[in-house]
Amino acid sequence: MKEKTDPHDELLPNLFRSEYARITAVISRCFSLEHFETAEDIASETFLKAAEVWSVNGVPENPRAWLYTVAKNKAKDYLKRVSIFEMKVKGEIELEESYRTESLSQSERDIVFTEQAIADSQLAMIFAVCNPANSTEAQISLALQILCGFSIEQIANAFLAKTETIKKRLLRARTNLRNDNFRIDVLKEDAVQSRVDVVLRTLYLLFNEGYSSQSGNRLISKDLCLEAIRLTLVLTDNPLTNTPEVNALLALMCYQASRLDARTDDTGQMILFEQQDRSLWNQEFIDKGIYYLVNACSGNEISKYHLEAAIAYWHTTPADNDKWEHILQLYNQLIITEYSPATALNRTFALAKVCGNERGIREAELVALYGNHYYHALLGYLYADIDVDKSIAHYEEAISSTRSMAEKKNLAKELERLTRVKTGS
Amino acid sequence: MKEFVLIFRRSEKSDLKPSPEQMRERMDWLAGIAAQNKLADKGRTLSVSNAKTAKPGNVVTDGPYAEIKEFVSGFIVVKAETIDEATEFAKANPILKKGGTVEVREVITFPVESQD
Repeated sequence: MKEKTDPHDELLPNLFRSEYARITAVISRCFSLEHFETAEDIASETFLKAAEVWSVNGVPENPRAWLYTVAKNKAKDYLKRVSIFEMKVKGEIELEESYRTESLSQSERDIVFTEQAIADSQLAMIFAVCNPANSTEAQISLALQILCGFSIEQIANAFLAKTETIKKRLLRARTNLRNDNFRIDVLKEDAVQSRVDVVLRTLYLLFNEGYSSQSGNRLISKDLCLEAIRLTLVLTDNPLTNTPEVNALLALMCYQASRLDARTDDTGQMILFEQQDRSLWNQEFIDKGIYYLVNACSGNEISKYHLEAAIAYWHTTPADNDKWEHILQLYNQLIITEYSPATALNRTFALAKVCGNERGIREAELVALYGNHYYHALLGYLYADIDVDKSIAHYEEAISSTRSMAEKKNLAKELERLTRVKTGS
Repeated sequence: MKEFVLIFRRSEKSDLKPSPEQMRERMDWLAGIAAQNKLADKGRTLSVSNAKTAKPGNVVTDGPYAEIKEFVSGFIVVKAETIDEATEFAKANPILKKGGTVEVREVITFPVESQD
């Protein structure tokens, strides 16, 4: 045992983030059932017990192994209780009983927390959760909650939606899953075909949630990104899911991840792209990005992930005359393929780089995303050398509309600079 | 929000293949509409060389030409509150610089029985 540690420090919350979903996935799959909420209860109870025991006895040598053992025992206890209940109540039906006992002992044997078992369970789980019985948004919300252990607040941030909306959406989605005989099966080709789009979108959102984390906590942010990469790697490891599109998504993640250490300083403050210390970019990730992007180009398919990966590739190259022209053309294709507010704003930024800030302002104002802090930050940036009053007004609007402290700080710094410019001091 | 079809027409056959500069300009224009979330359908570009017209009496002629020497080169569908807003998109299309025209037509939606 290590020395006694306060369980309310960062360890337990971080473990909860990474292990809650794993424990739920492994147990759910072993139950072979629609009772994934029981698995969630077991995972919750496991963490409750950890909080109690660790505050008295200190944190165990290997906290993950401790959690897995407790969860496994709780799952076995549950199965035993169910089994006794089944025998007493339904004992007279011999055939069914012997079948059940057999399948239960089978389940008990299967509760293992090896890396492989965790990966397989999570992949099977996400394909099960992404059920076409739910709307795309509901599938994503649900997968983020069950597979990735996202809180309702984090899901709301990822969707730029109200927490109340997400809460209702999750309740409805869970009901739909139950009504649709939710099962976690071995992956089959048709399930992959019909669901891979939603699965990829979920992983993409998971990565973005980490990459642009509202928390401003570098560790959590990195953890989420690496989690998304790990899950996507599970897809490339499986021949059924190792498609050009999956490789493109992985390339995108690797390029973005290469900048994780460069984009915040030691106090968690965001460093804008142009001011980043490029020696902090992780060359290993950039090389992996190139590797997966080459893999992604093995077919004729150009998905939005191909376009975004190509944009991320250009960002890793030194500035030359054509760089922004390439980026603009890729954003043009991307926005025509699929609208999103973030793409619209990024595309406008690239347009301003190529065609000048005045044209940028004209098109940015047409994009008209009032109340979106990126929108106001973009206009603040574009107006800075053209109309300082308008620039200041937009930065103020941006500060009041973002919930992220890290971004508030960054925007305030720029606002301060502009105010100095204005007063001539 | 209503939908409008923008129909592109050109009259001259010269330099059928647009220059990279023209392609870029058109792409910027189209993406500008998409960035406002007002692109309902990115439409299609239509071939001029591989075209025939079927006429009454089992007559088929080569080419897309109607009576006037003008042909449809493509279309897109945009979303707009009014036909004037849709026409603003049309007015910014680079085809106008090359003597082409853009026709703006509202899409008629027939009343569908409400499901609610």
